This record gives sequence, structure tokens and C-alpha cells, in this order.
Amino acid sequence: MLKVEARQVERNFSIRNSLGRKVKLTVLDHFDLDIREGEFLSILGPSGCGKSTFLNILAGLDDYDRGEILVDQKPLQKRSFDRGMVFQGYALLPWRTVLGNLELGLEIRRVPKRERRAIASHYLELVGLTRFANQYPSQLSGGMRQRVAIARVLAYRPNLLLMDEPFGALDAQTRENLQIELLRIWEADKKTILFITHSIDEAIILSDRVAIMTARQGQIKEITEIDLPRPRTEEVRNSAEFAQIRQKVWILLRDEALKAESCYAGGI
Amino acid sequence: MSAGSPRNPQRFSNLVARWCGLALFLALWETSTRLGWFSSTYLSPPSVVFQALVSLLWRGELGRHFLISLRRVLIGLSLSVVVGVTFGLFIGYFKTVERYLDLLFQAFRQMSAFALFPVFILLFGLGELSKALIIFWASLWPVLLNTCDGVKHIDKVLIQSAQSMGASRTFIFGRIILPAVAPEIFTGIRLGGSYCVMAVVAAEMIGASSGLGYLIMYSQETFNIAEMYAGIISLAILGMGLNFVLRTAGNFFSAWKEE
Repeated sequence: MLKVEARQVERNFSIRNSLGRKVKLTVLDHFDLDIREGEFLSILGPSGCGKSTFLNILAGLDDYDRGEILVDQKPLQKRSFDRGMVFQGYALLPWRTVLGNLELGLEIRRVPKRERRAIASHYLELVGLTRFANQYPSQLSGGMRQRVAIARVLAYRPNLLLMDEPFGALDAQTRENLQIELLRIWEADKKTILFITHSIDEAIILSDRVAIMTARQGQIKEITEIDLPRPRTEEVRNSAEFAQIRQKVWILLRDEALKAESCYAGGI
Repeated sequence: MSAGSPRNPQRFSNLVARWCGLALFLALWETSTRLGWFSSTYLSPPSVVFQALVSLLWRGELGRHFLISLRRVLIGLSLSVVVGVTFGLFIGYFKTVERYLDLLFQAFRQMSAFALFPVFILLFGLGELSKALIIFWASLWPVLLNTCDGVKHIDKVLIQSAQSMGASRTFIFGRIILPAVAPEIFTGIRLGGSYCVMAVVAAEMIGASSGLGYLIMYSQETFNIAEMYAGIISLAILGMGLNFVLRTAGNFFSAWKEE
């Protein structure tokens, strides 16, 4: 079963070049991608390659100019109760407590107050932050804030999770801890996750498949299956298979980057 | 969380220092007039002013003028809150509109309400409408421009995250935009409130027969100097009271902004 089918998607932006003239910038160009039901798929690529644009389109935050996107075999809706997005910048409401933030999605779905409380408390426990229920986001560390943001999205049980470099602003240790924690949570109910990152290691340890995008071409160039056994733990990072896959992905990414660079240089 | 304990020694000494300054000033004022450094014809000693204050209060006159001024301030301020917040949110939300109106608003803001009073009198006569308008004008700009500024600086990702959860426009407006801008709105209202108190005096000194501004002017004209000072002091109390209420309300909505 396919969760998302993107066919020949095109997205253009109008920007001003160095001379101040308006020029067309094509960010997604004949972009194709299938996301399977219940899989963990990462899109890996350098900044500016269009991966976040695709995620924003799926989240209903951006439009596309051409092509077709199906979610559950139906055309993508701009407004939907079935998606959850986790941002790099956490996006927590600073005037609400941790628990209040967790209730946001449930409030939008008009879940009654008492039920809201109960569900929010449950998910807070899932990410191990029950003690901080009545604190404000500004009183938490970055890692804790991102845990809250993840719990907030899980709490309203969307079937498609979109994550835009969620661990990008965290220090290395916290980042690795949260990766394992995300896996633990995901293993429990296997919701479909589309994860954006520019870290090769992160993409490999988390994903069932890694889609590689390169700069300025606006397409998925290659999809690699990651057949590391699950459930995955910290130790996977040190295994020979991990190193092998890492090497393969690294070469793919480098070759694509070199190709992109030479064709870009040739085109101008 | 904050230093809220009344036993906090730092806070206690602050309180003492604040009242010390005021007490010292009153003592200096009292002695200087008693010793005849200033003629009591022009400057009544505070003890006499206090007696005048009590007598005005006793006769019910002070209360009447005070309430009339307060009512005018509140009418003008409410009007500018409604208009200022509505337009401020609208203009801040649509950047293009803001670009067209910015210079105009900067010019309007510099246009003193006092300078416009003759215009209002010309157009609307000497009644309550002109008074309401001058107070409205004085407080509108800080409310409007602060609201507008607040909307412009909302963290976009907060709106996006609510959108990705499927929130309606009404929800985003009421639960994301309004609370996010509330601190800036209240800063504007507080500023507007103090402008209101200044403007009401001007409005009541020209062609009025009631209000604290009138009381001050009338007492001066009838050479009732102690009552004049009593009026001035009442006006300061009105301003401080209003500021206190607005600050308390503002703190309630912007407690999260501190730290």
C-alpha cells in the first residue's frame, strides 16, 4: 500500500537575482516519490535542494505548480487532520505550559477538555517529561523542547508524520539519544514517517529507505533500502553493515553533488 | 519564580526608597512655603492642599469631576483600543497595506492631538464628541502601531505548526496570533492610557464645565490656589491609577515574555 504518491511535481519560486531582476527558480522539477504505508523514509540532501519544499507541500503549507500528489489514493488536501509536522525550531507556544502545548492539536480537533488532559498526560509520559507538565517551554532544554514537540504531534494520532530536520539544532549527544527514542516510539505503532535530514548517519540509523536528493536538480536521484535489523539500538552505529551502507550512500551523494556542480557550472 | 515574597529584603528596601523620595519632596514643599521662601498666594503648602482636597471630596465636587474625567478617558481609550487593535492586526498581517500606510501613520503620530483640537471644535463643536475625539487621537497611534509591529514579528513557524495540525483561520487568529501579540498590544494601550490623561486635561480646559481639567482652570481663575493644586494632584492619581490597572492587566497577558 502506498501512503503518498508524488508524480511529476513541479514547484517554482520567483526570486530576484544579483541584478535585481525577477527570475524563476525551479526547486522541484519532475519530482517523483512513493512513500509506503508504515515505512520510515528519509530524504537526504544538502540545504537548498528542495527537500523542505516537498515536505511543506505535503504539510499543506505550500502549493505546487504542476503534477499530482495523492495521499491514501486521494488528491492532497491543503487542510487535513491526518498529518503531523515536527519543525527544527520546535514551534512550541511560549505562553502555554508543556501540557497546554500538548493539547493544541486535540483542541483543534475539539476533543473535550477532560479527555484532552488525559491523552496529553499519556504522551508526556511516553517522552519521559511528566515532571515538566506545568513548566513553560523557555524553561526547558532544546532536547526536551523537541521531545514535547514530538509528543504534541503524536497526541492527536496523525497517520503521516512529517519531520523537517527535527534534531538539526541539537548537540550531538542529545541528537543520538533522541534518534533512538524516536525509533522506540515509532516501533510501537509504525506510523508512516517522512524525515528530512542532511546527516547521512541519522538517515541510515532511522530509516527503512533513504532517498537522495542533490542540489539544484529538484528530483530524487536514488533510493537505497536500509536492511539493518530492527529494533535498532546504539550498537548498530558500530556494526560493519552500518559502515558499508554509510560508504555507499556517501559515494552516491558525492557523485551526485559533483555531477550537479559540473552541470551547473557548464550551464552558466 | 519572581521575587514576589513580601519578606524579600531587596523589595522592602525598594519600597522604602520609593516612599522616602515622595516624603522628602513633600517635607521640602511644606517647609519652603511655611518659611516664606515662596508666597503662599502662588504655592499652597501641602497640608493646606490636603485640606482643600478633603473639603472638595466632602462636598462631592472632586468625586464628580474625577469620575467625569475618568469616563472621558475610558471612552476615548476604549475607542482607540477597538479601532487601533483591529486596524493594527489587519495592517500588520498584510505587508503590502503596511507599506502604503507607514509614512502616513508616522506623520499622523507626530500630529499632536492638541494641535488638532481646534479642528475638532470647528467640525464637531465644543461638546463631548470633540473631547472624545482628541483623547481618541492621542491614544490611537501607540495602540495601532504597537499592534502592527507585534503582528509583523510573530514567529511564522507557530502559525505554520497550527496550520499543519489542520487549524481553521479562526483558531489561528484567536489562539495563536492574538496571544502572541497581546504583550505588544498592552504596551501600546499603556502608552495610550498615559496620553489619554494628558489629552483629557487639554480637552477640559477649553469650553468645558466639568472634569478635573475644568476644576484646575476654574480654581486658578477664581484664585482658589489650594483647590487648584488639589485638582492637579487628583489628576496625577488618576494617571497613576490607570497606569497601574493597565500594567497589571498587561502583566497577566505577557508573563510568558519575561526571562
